[in-house]
Amino acid sequence: MPIWKSLLSRPDAILALILLGAVVLAGVLAPLIFPGGPWRMVARPFIAPFTDMGHPLGTDALGRDLAVALIYGARTSLEIGLVSTCAAVLFGTAIGGIAGFFGGRVDSLLMRSTEMFQTVPSFALAILLVAIYSPSLLSIMAAIAVVSWPPVARLARAEFLSMRRREFVQAALLSGQSNLRVAWSQILPNVLSPLIVMAALMISMAILFESALSFVGLGDPQVVSWGYLISAGRGVMARSWWLTFLPGFSIMLTIVSISILGDAIGDSQDPHFERKETE
Amino acid sequence: MLKTVVSETAKRLVVILFVVTGAFLLVRAAPGDPAAFMAGEAGSGDPAFIAHLRAQMGLDRPLPVQLGYYLRDLAALDLGQSYREGRPVFDMIAERLPNTLALAGAAFLLALVMGTAAGFLAAIHRGRLIDRLISIGSVLFFSSPYYWVALMAILLFSGKLGWFPSHGTQTIGAGYTGMRALADYLHHLVLPATASALFSMAIYARLVRASMIETANALFVKAAHARGMAPVWIWLRHVLRTSLLPITTMAGVQAGQLVAGTILTETVFAWPGIGRLMYEALGARDYNVVIGVFLVTSMIVILSNLVVDLLYRFVDPRTRAA
Repeated sequence: MPIWKSLLSRPDAILALILLGAVVLAGVLAPLIFPGGPWRMVARPFIAPFTDMGHPLGTDALGRDLAVALIYGARTSLEIGLVSTCAAVLFGTAIGGIAGFFGGRVDSLLMRSTEMFQTVPSFALAILLVAIYSPSLLSIMAAIAVVSWPPVARLARAEFLSMRRREFVQAALLSGQSNLRVAWSQILPNVLSPLIVMAALMISMAILFESALSFVGLGDPQVVSWGYLISAGRGVMARSWWLTFLPGFSIMLTIVSISILGDAIGDSQDPHFERKETE
Repeated sequence: MLKTVVSETAKRLVVILFVVTGAFLLVRAAPGDPAAFMAGEAGSGDPAFIAHLRAQMGLDRPLPVQLGYYLRDLAALDLGQSYREGRPVFDMIAERLPNTLALAGAAFLLALVMGTAAGFLAAIHRGRLIDRLISIGSVLFFSSPYYWVALMAILLFSGKLGWFPSHGTQTIGAGYTGMRALADYLHHLVLPATASALFSMAIYARLVRASMIETANALFVKAAHARGMAPVWIWLRHVLRTSLLPITTMAGVQAGQLVAGTILTETVFAWPGIGRLMYEALGARDYNVVIGVFLVTSMIVILSNLVVDLLYRFVDPRTRAA
């Protein structure tokens, strides 16, 4: 079944698609809709949501529009989620691919190092990296990529390993094609779909990571992010709970949407899925 | 058995060495020269003074020699001094570690028991309302930043309802002793432990459900049904017991994540553990403390993985022979 058809047959997937689409659209268009940026003080502080239609979600302690901040926050989350996931997937696939393709000593050396990385608690390592290299979009993306590539490497290794033994790969090698060419044109296209499903889930983990880093004060001070908004709202939580609630709620909706879509895509790619369900 | 214990332990020692070396190199590779920084603090940019400081701090020696000294200090449990408090980092961590272990331990047990129970309930009521509710709940908790869930819990359970205290480990000024003090500590522990547990609870629930449904189709379960055993007995003794294997593996991963995650929970609840210590040190750029907490957290994680790996061999008879 093609992916689109199977997505559109599930009401939860449609809802998730709409929500995620809105988040992506808002994030991409943020500078066009609100060219003034999120830091401008536009009204009196602590306007409650839905009371002033000029500022539908109200304002924060300094009179900045919360809706604008949330939209710019979406931009930051998506940017960091996408870039760090791409970096982690590229690096993980390269390491895992080399290990799985060549096997033997190369394989055991690379996989041992991957395991080492996996034993270190990822959040603590990310904090250490960002703290030492001082918080910026680049250091945050790099830190998230560094802590999230090992599972990709393991998956890619397993896939490459099983593909390596297939007849069409052997045939391509015997026909004199170089290793790189075979890996690129014969194996990679066949292992792409599990990697893509994994990447979708990694984006949501990256968004959670970024928000947690901002929450402990390790966000990029130049940009607004959802985690920063939560920690900024925390001090006035007893007075204006929505300033903490709404940014967290935005994270939750985004992650739920991504995981529903990831599940739906995963199911549609799995040929055994329907048989399993009817058993 | 002894042979596996020794070889597994040796493997972990290599990992610990790797982590320590990695942390050392990271700090050395960081932008900025600590000697120049200290000279600046002292109000002097004189190259001779900076060189003197570098020699004093051992920074003028070759990197491998520096690493050697660093390892020697660590072996003597010396994690350096805190710039901010002027005390040994090791003492500061040792003081607060019991609180973190209590929090992470309580959260770990809570997540394991409640998550397994939820997954079990969902599996035996598969497709019915209770299964749906548990599934929705676990998706939501899995998708929420748990420091945010913690803040919302404070808002509801200590702000609105007033059931639990929102911060600290004891009622200030109450002066409880003995059992009253313990009860007070536990009362303060409820919200932080639950908030930290929810994320892993969701993972366990999903895992137990999936694994039980898979096991329920296995031949040995069908055979048990055919022999006329009571369904409850089959679910508990055959299905649940077999499904506990993937849980053991996941528990090892989660134990580590919980300890690392206390940085967030302790920050929210002003819980005086090592996570809160790291948070405060981050704000003050007290890097020796940050690195110290990182190393101690990593050790705890590596050791708990070791324990789980050994337990696994014990729980699953098939891996014992291998």
